[in-house]
Amino acid sequence: MALKGLDIFKLSPKKNCKECGSPTCMAFSMKVAQGSVSIDKCPYFSEDAKASLNEATAPPMKTIKVGAGDHEYSLGGETVLFRHEKTFVSRTRYAVTVCSCMDDAAIDAKLEEIKSVDYERIGERMFTEMIYVNYAAAAGKEKYLELVKKAAALDRVLILGCDDPDVAAEALALVKDGKPILNGANASNYEAMNKVAADAKVTLGVSGSDINELYDTLAALEKLGNKNLVFDCGVNSVKEAYQIAVQFRKAAIKDSNRTCGYPSIVRLDRLSGGDKHLQAALLSLFTMKYGSIIVVDQMTYAEANPVYGLRQNLFTDPQKPMKVEPGIYPLNGADENSVCLTTVDFALTYFLVSGELERSGVPCNLIINDAGGLSVLTSWAAGKFSAGTIAKFFEEQQIESKVKSRKLVIPGKVAVLKGELEAKLPGWEIIIAPREAVQLVKFMKEL
Amino acid sequence: MPFTAKSGKFNAKINTVAVGTGDAAITLGGENVFPFYTFDDAIENAPKVGIEITDGGMESEPECVQKLYEGCTTVVDMAKKAVTFEGVDFLSIRLEGGDPNGKNRPTEELIQIVKEVADAVDVPLVVCGCKNVEKDSELLDKAAAALEGKNAMILAAKEENYKTVGASAGLAYKQVVGAESAVDINLAKQLNVLLTQLGVDSKTIVMNAGTAAVGYGFDYVISTLDRVKAAALSQGDTTLQMPIVTPVASETWTVKESTASEEDMPEWGDLEERGIDMEVETAAAVLAAGSDAVILKHPESVRTIKAMITELI
Repeated sequence: MALKGLDIFKLSPKKNCKECGSPTCMAFSMKVAQGSVSIDKCPYFSEDAKASLNEATAPPMKTIKVGAGDHEYSLGGETVLFRHEKTFVSRTRYAVTVCSCMDDAAIDAKLEEIKSVDYERIGERMFTEMIYVNYAAAAGKEKYLELVKKAAALDRVLILGCDDPDVAAEALALVKDGKPILNGANASNYEAMNKVAADAKVTLGVSGSDINELYDTLAALEKLGNKNLVFDCGVNSVKEAYQIAVQFRKAAIKDSNRTCGYPSIVRLDRLSGGDKHLQAALLSLFTMKYGSIIVVDQMTYAEANPVYGLRQNLFTDPQKPMKVEPGIYPLNGADENSVCLTTVDFALTYFLVSGELERSGVPCNLIINDAGGLSVLTSWAAGKFSAGTIAKFFEEQQIESKVKSRKLVIPGKVAVLKGELEAKLPGWEIIIAPREAVQLVKFMKEL
Repeated sequence: MPFTAKSGKFNAKINTVAVGTGDAAITLGGENVFPFYTFDDAIENAPKVGIEITDGGMESEPECVQKLYEGCTTVVDMAKKAVTFEGVDFLSIRLEGGDPNGKNRPTEELIQIVKEVADAVDVPLVVCGCKNVEKDSELLDKAAAALEGKNAMILAAKEENYKTVGASAGLAYKQVVGAESAVDINLAKQLNVLLTQLGVDSKTIVMNAGTAAVGYGFDYVISTLDRVKAAALSQGDTTLQMPIVTPVASETWTVKESTASEEDMPEWGDLEERGIDMEVETAAAVLAAGSDAVILKHPESVRTIKAMITELI
């Protein structure tokens, strides 16, 4: 929300003292409005005036930090509704649910399952970052506190799903240093829950029986001075949860309705009705449309592989291409004698090429050059993928000592490099691949 | 004070395109809001789900799909079985065997299969080519001719062969013309313009604006579909108001998450589960980005996506 220079000028000291470096207070105010100067440059602006200006210039959606240490995550803080408009900044985080209503064996099995999915994909660790610890009143307080302790041992951010303020306070006493989320405020208990969350300095999750009650409760909590909030999209129906997630995000970003400008929690563990494939589909839907935290019943590799890939794609900066690490990638059980192929480090190129090569089943070494993350033709045109850079890369990486094969396949689109490469890489046989990745399977089989 | 949202309904809307004939015909498009935003305005035609079989019959299917077609020996048997699965709105036959770099099956043989399939089922039909542009010009031209009167969808005319495929499917035999472009809003728009200039009625065009499996450059798919829908609805761009049809199965069943065996990747677990989840998660994401129909392979994926659509509409 851009402020006009005049609005700032009204609050300025109007002394024209020049201590800020600007000739007049008016000039200074204009610069602040443009964002070229910080308001702190002026020693005479009253704290009240600064606070009200900060309020007016605050982003429409709050950034809420949860977790501690290595496991601190930012939620929210988005400024656009679509990734092509700028960039989405805070990745969706996933939580698996455990409940004090489950028996011990089931709880242990679930906690083991959470640990089992942990891998790396294009330089990013993929795992379930959060655990949703649900309180079932019937199972009693002691069992819940035990469960909270057990879950905390996994070193994930906890979300305490508990609407009893006394139990919540005791649970928080055990784990508040890990900055968990306390999800349990509603229209009837929000004052007590607010106090519990504020005392422990943790984020409070808010729910409502429908979109209006949720909105009113958020507004009431803001009135009590709590802006460290997340909202729960509810468990009534998929349709209503989607409506809340979308309408609140839109209201915050397009209409500057700050009461809606908090991260969301989507309870797929409750909304999927035990249908695990439906849960997988919804996992993807709510990652696309505005779930900040998604709670699921299970996250095995079957669900995780696609959704973490989706998240990685969705949250990349559209202006910065995704890159893979340059180096040698042996495929299909290749060894040092297998044929070499080379291409650029643009992630899309890598995935297409390695996918087709894997499909061919022919053992080969894929050598990924450092080409600035650009596609084959773009990097070639920019001089980042030429005979010179390839030869230099081979030298730096000591490719010749790592592989014995002296057959090198280059992309069909840069066939023009063949002659120069033969000169720069003596002893190598340079082979030209087809122009399109889909033709690689046939090409490799006939090579 | 209750929550009041500004309406997100647009004055422009996506074209409605009917596919198939008779009681089983389906209508794609017609919405004037973003995907599943029923709180902005009612969505008359829910997105549709198709099931895909290929000319290769049983042997070209993954094992987990084969077992659901148990007892089928011919492609026609499979077609009859496919349309009985829960949630199927239309049937797609992919003529992948026609690829000159693959089996290179003759056109006549493939068209014979298409005819037999068309005679065996009532649901709307989609014919997909083999991805080789020259062969597809011939294949899709003949397929359009063979299906005259069926109001089938021909996937797809591309920039390189739109004249042949567009003239045949759109002008001569009055089928629904698919326009396929490679994940770029400008290419999508250009092809739509070229097809309409050729004389194809814009109300019989559907787009395949490009696809990928999630994790595999899917960022481009999201942004292309998001931008196409935004241009069509908020800017009222009539050259982008065609409904979008996304073949998902042909992308997701070839990536390693769906193909690596349990022996090779023991920690990944059940192969069938991986294949289904890759397919449903990709399909859900393209629907969330604005696709009006998806084409899937596994009957469980079809059921799941249909269930998701029903929950949301």
